Amino acid sequence: MPGKLKVKIVAGRHLPVMDRASDLTDAFVEVKFGNTTFKTDVYPKSLNPQWNSEWFKFEVDDEELQDEPLQITVLDHDTYSANDAIGKVYIDIDPLLYSEAATVISGWFPIYDTIHGIRGEINVVVKVDLFNDLNRFRQSSCGVKFFCTTSIPKCYRAVVIHGFVEELVVNEDPEYQWIDRIRTPRASNEARQRLISLMSGELQRKIGLKVLEMRGNAVVGYLQCFDLEGESGLVVRAIGTACTLDKLSNTSAFLPACNSPSKEMKEIPFNEDPNPNTYSSGPSTPLKNQTYSFSPSKSYSRQSSSSDTDLSLTPKTAPSPQGPRIFLFPSSPTLSCDSPHLKKSCLLLSGSSIKPLHSSHVSPVVLRKSVSFTEELLLAASGMGSGSAGKEGGPFKTLLRQQTQSALEQREFPFFTLTTFPPGFLVHVGGVVSARSVKLLDRIHNPDEPETRDAWWAEIRQEIKSHAKALGCHAVVGYSESTSICEEVCILSASGTAAVLNPRFLQDGTMEGCLEQRIEEASPPGCGFCHIPYDELNMPFPAHLTYCYNCRKQKVPDVLFTTIDLPVEAIVVGKGCLIQARLCRLKKKAQAEANATSISNLLPFMEYEVHTQLMNKLKLRGMNALFGLRIQITVGENMLMGLASATGVYLAALPTPGGIQIAGKTPNDGTYEQHISHMQKKINDTIAKNKELYEINPPELPEEIIGSPIPEPRQRSRLLRSQSESSDEVTELDLSHGKKDAFVLEIDDTDAMEDVHSLLTDVPPPSGFYSCNTEIMPGINNWTPEIQMFTAVRVSRLSNINPTNQTLNKNFNDLCENLLKSLYFKLRSMVPCCLCHVNFTVALPEDELVQIAVTAVAITYDKNQALQANKAPTEKSQQRASTDNEEQLQFPLELCSDPLSSQPFSPAKEVLEGASSHTGIPAAQRATSVDYSSFADRCNSWIELIKLKAQTIRRGSIKTTTSLEKASPLAEGYLRHRSVPSGTNSTVSVVKMTPLSFLPGAKITKYLGIINMFFIRETTSLREEGGVSGFLHAFIAEVFAMVRAHVAALGGNAVVSYIMKQCVFMENPNKNQAQCLINVSGDAVVFVRESELEVLPPQPAAAAQPTGAAGDVTT
Amino acid sequence: MSSDLDVFVGNTTLIDEEVYRLWLDGHSVAEAVARRLRGGLLEREATSVAVLQSDTRDHYRTFQMLERLLHAPPRLLQQLLFQIPPERQALLVQRYYAFDEALARELLGKKLSKGTKKELDEVSARTGVGIRSCRRQFDNFKRVFKAVEELRGPLAENIQQLFLLPPSLARDYAAIVFFANSRFETGKRRLQFLSFGDFAACAQSMMAHWSQGALAPEAAEPDGDLPKSFLQDLKELKVLVTDKDLLDQHKSLVCSALRGKISVYNELEANFKALSRALVNVGGKLTHARDVRDFFVDLVEKVIEPCRSDKWSPGDLRLFLQHYTAAPRNLPGFRHQALWERYMAAISACLLRMFHD
Repeated sequence: MPGKLKVKIVAGRHLPVMDRASDLTDAFVEVKFGNTTFKTDVYPKSLNPQWNSEWFKFEVDDEELQDEPLQITVLDHDTYSANDAIGKVYIDIDPLLYSEAATVISGWFPIYDTIHGIRGEINVVVKVDLFNDLNRFRQSSCGVKFFCTTSIPKCYRAVVIHGFVEELVVNEDPEYQWIDRIRTPRASNEARQRLISLMSGELQRKIGLKVLEMRGNAVVGYLQCFDLEGESGLVVRAIGTACTLDKLSNTSAFLPACNSPSKEMKEIPFNEDPNPNTYSSGPSTPLKNQTYSFSPSKSYSRQSSSSDTDLSLTPKTAPSPQGPRIFLFPSSPTLSCDSPHLKKSCLLLSGSSIKPLHSSHVSPVVLRKSVSFTEELLLAASGMGSGSAGKEGGPFKTLLRQQTQSALEQREFPFFTLTTFPPGFLVHVGGVVSARSVKLLDRIHNPDEPETRDAWWAEIRQEIKSHAKALGCHAVVGYSESTSICEEVCILSASGTAAVLNPRFLQDGTMEGCLEQRIEEASPPGCGFCHIPYDELNMPFPAHLTYCYNCRKQKVPDVLFTTIDLPVEAIVVGKGCLIQARLCRLKKKAQAEANATSISNLLPFMEYEVHTQLMNKLKLRGMNALFGLRIQITVGENMLMGLASATGVYLAALPTPGGIQIAGKTPNDGTYEQHISHMQKKINDTIAKNKELYEINPPELPEEIIGSPIPEPRQRSRLLRSQSESSDEVTELDLSHGKKDAFVLEIDDTDAMEDVHSLLTDVPPPSGFYSCNTEIMPGINNWTPEIQMFTAVRVSRLSNINPTNQTLNKNFNDLCENLLKSLYFKLRSMVPCCLCHVNFTVALPEDELVQIAVTAVAITYDKNQALQANKAPTEKSQQRASTDNEEQLQFPLELCSDPLSSQPFSPAKEVLEGASSHTGIPAAQRATSVDYSSFADRCNSWIELIKLKAQTIRRGSIKTTTSLEKASPLAEGYLRHRSVPSGTNSTVSVVKMTPLSFLPGAKITKYLGIINMFFIRETTSLREEGGVSGFLHAFIAEVFAMVRAHVAALGGNAVVSYIMKQCVFMENPNKNQAQCLINVSGDAVVFVRESELEVLPPQPAAAAQPTGAAGDVTT
Repeated sequence: MSSDLDVFVGNTTLIDEEVYRLWLDGHSVAEAVARRLRGGLLEREATSVAVLQSDTRDHYRTFQMLERLLHAPPRLLQQLLFQIPPERQALLVQRYYAFDEALARELLGKKLSKGTKKELDEVSARTGVGIRSCRRQFDNFKRVFKAVEELRGPLAENIQQLFLLPPSLARDYAAIVFFANSRFETGKRRLQFLSFGDFAACAQSMMAHWSQGALAPEAAEPDGDLPKSFLQDLKELKVLVTDKDLLDQHKSLVCSALRGKISVYNELEANFKALSRALVNVGGKLTHARDVRDFFVDLVEKVIEPCRSDKWSPGDLRLFLQHYTAAPRNLPGFRHQALWERYMAAISACLLRMFHD
């Protein structure tokens, strides 16, 4: 019995009127955990009940603690009929289960009802007493920390980055069970919320077990998603990166870097590489063997080395040994290095039992898992120790690669969900690898053995792995997975960036110091990651290579696409910008297999076009690299939509991109030629304008032949028009290779013309605005603390009678552009500012409806300083210096912030104890001191005072507020002066939310745990609630409020890496009904303003406390 | 392609002051968009009408959701749904409870009932304040009235506490509540020259000097009601005009003090008895609700108008009131000096405030 959960229900406020006759409510609370339920007394006739209950104690094992949410239900007592539910609060107690995070959850939680929304608030205190569990075979994984952040969390150091962890759990969706026909929508929604809460708890626990197995202590880049498969069930899946993290504290931060690594290195056997199947020996990836060259793309792939244009359209049918099973491989595409690789991906068409088939998939997996970890890590270390990425490393380099690669290959999947890495981690980046496959959903027969789904993902991951291998890379970073479901068809997608990693972080780090030095020497800072990881003579795809423009020693491609964030050390010219490719494809309505087939036939063409658009738009902006690339393909009843977002930048290491050349198909036509030249001029103008806008003026390199902006077209390319072309045609179209400087668009029909036009329709953001979908905006580094996170959702009807691809494209394009425009307008007061981490999500909820949800954060920056920093050629070294400083600062910062972060809890405790013993004296003292310390510097306006009071109240002195006021002479004076009534005037502590992993101008001092919440809201009075917009507006606001309340209760003041993973909206206007599901997650943290940190140290802890809390009110 | 659903929700709730004003003024979304267009926003921000519409709708929705909370401002501070910086919250409350003085002037002294609300159409037409805005402001008055009606203690401070209003606004509301409670007549033609500000100042002086709170902060009666005992006592003051001797002595004291000091000495001498009678009787009538209504009418009719027709200057009036109030101290046999001064303090303040064109 390893844990005791203690819950106390303190009070409620602003409850709804449940008894019309008296306009009051007789409220009581049910506290449920697992199968145990406690009840408070009924607090009669009040909308602000003071239960002040005893401690309800649940004695549970820690497995249960991890899986189950604490469920608090507020009810209205009714003597004659059934008690009416007012609403519920689910509290995830996971953050209490590991030592460094929160110690108590205490605060006001919105009482949420799936039909009525938020109905008042309840004050709850939750604690957990954990007993040590030494059982080695335990099923729980308490203590493993989870982070949504896709980089090493700010106050930790990565000792080892172990690698990929994944898990999925399936269940039947309560919404589709027979019982749903007879129960109320509320009961059904609650069953669903509870189930998902349970499932994600279970999932987290299972992932935690895997992490412990790998000897890690944390999961970073944890991404959990729900697949609502309808009839066939509910899948909760998660991926993450297992790490061993070390809390940065006085000692670890200042460990002498190099202590004696040579000894250990000697012991490492060099020749034990168990897997000689290295890159140079020609990877036997299916990629090479069975790809059909797909010519039109080739012409531009010559442009872009990173664009691999082998499109294998081979519809390969593998006869299945098991009778009825048919494997169809109708070419779901794989975007390897940015251009579509059509590769086999299996479409399971049979609905019968799948077990025998899967055994083959599963068993090797199990085998791989059992490989001892330390050994391979040592191997990897040895490889790296001998000098990574040496200058002309030749055979040595190959050897090195063999070593590290093999080490990673031992792993089932050498994937990393991180997008930002410690400096030096990323050695080379190959390009984007992606894989998609279309599946037909069928009922999950045995929820305990979710093999089908597991196998599906395993398959895709294998594919990704082999793509990476083909690019000469042994790992995939910035890895993510997603699904799109429509009826019974599901598209599974995975993508990442093939990369070569420095194994220093993949091992148990003893030799890091020395290694670090060597790496610094070997790979030139700021451009090393651009150097090609694959062999120049044995390129996996045709590419145009040049010597690196930075170090001139290694080859680089001319364009680089990645899914990761821009590495800190990268040298960038000018600023970055958000680049989107948008695409619609009509699809015939079809059933089951036919539908799946037609989708998988369409996919490669979509990938290809999305890629073409991205490339064109990139060139139009005069840039040469994309970061944070995310391609989303959404399936609907009668169309497919593709939306790719990325942040374009100009990498100094890569060559200057050529321009775009337009070529007409029919020469000798005067007006046509004129038109073409007109367009050409427009394009050239746009490029010039963009270069100015984004300040792209790379230093001239005289010795290199940089292609003239518009050189002679040596090759003509034709944009791929999809549907009609069969694979046969495609092979014929194979054109020869050759270097090309400009990108040629041939206009052969009106469609192509439209495409060119649409290229030019992207309006640059208004002045003062920049946007990107990465964490930080390249080229801006002077952020000011003001941030505004927002979610915008639009649903539009594509009301064309005879929609064509072109009109749909235009509609979709307009929709996105208008949405962006509207965002710029809304946030105009923040100028100059940058929209960071702009995340678009597209859904096709119904036939003609398109839903776009955007979450992003607007951050203001100091224009003058930003400009300066930009112009300075030494920008990089400055950044370096600043990071160095930061690290050195770490120690003192930690010292002074530590008492601070732990502080918020103690007063709460005291007050509660005080309240229970009816004295309240310590609490009062505390409050006095709090008031005084901040009164001194900041209480001129009445607003400030209200803030001040809010802090007092927030600290948990709910019950004793009034007495507090009397106890403190200051508070009394305040009352007299300001005459604000006691007890009614608390403001709520400010909780910042951001999709980024950091807060500008602030230091994160503590991670309190993961926030992962799932809500359903339903209404049967849609019109009365302000229509669909009113309904959703309120719901999103409620979700934010609940996230903030949970964070505040944990003692935090911000959520970082916030993400809205799902927003499923359904309406039935005829019935006046609507339903919406939202899933959000993020990391709850405590941050301290950097400006306050400087002031803090001389102050005693108690006095420092309000400063920390008050600082965040400056939003 | 039409947008069925279009929402924007910020973690910090965006408040556009201009749109808030338009919303408070009762404009529909379409009207608000038209007004914003006229303001040249489109050109300044290089955006489109559609964007402006979407933005306006977002703000309107936010305000509609906030309105419920604005009805009880302390809840706005406590609520968790909208994260609004305190200075913005203050602005929201302040603007929501700000009112048009023209409208308030019209409603002063009227019963804040459904009947009055129905007449708002006419008020709206007369004052030029939009009807929706009129209704909102009326509801504000009524809400504040209901909330403090039964509360003890100083009215303005109660209002400030319950509605978190800035002190000056709270005082104005206190005046409105005071008038609504006592139902003073303010609509008569001869009172038309008095502004809301005049009445508010009068109400404040009356509450300051006459109410229970003025004497004992822990008083049992709400400030909106003038204390019964005080009003009853005022009858005692009649002796100043009913007792011939006292009246004469009073006159001679005042006149001797003012001789040569005011420009209208002769007129004063001629009218003293009438003035004194008016001033004392106004107080004596306050016990009867019906007579209370005429308080201001009486003051204007019997004091201000005669003085004005005699071309008194405000300075003259001040001096006169000063000595008129002080003189009874020296009257033998007059035992109500404290009461008299308390009474006259408010009357003087009112008269001085009201004495203008």
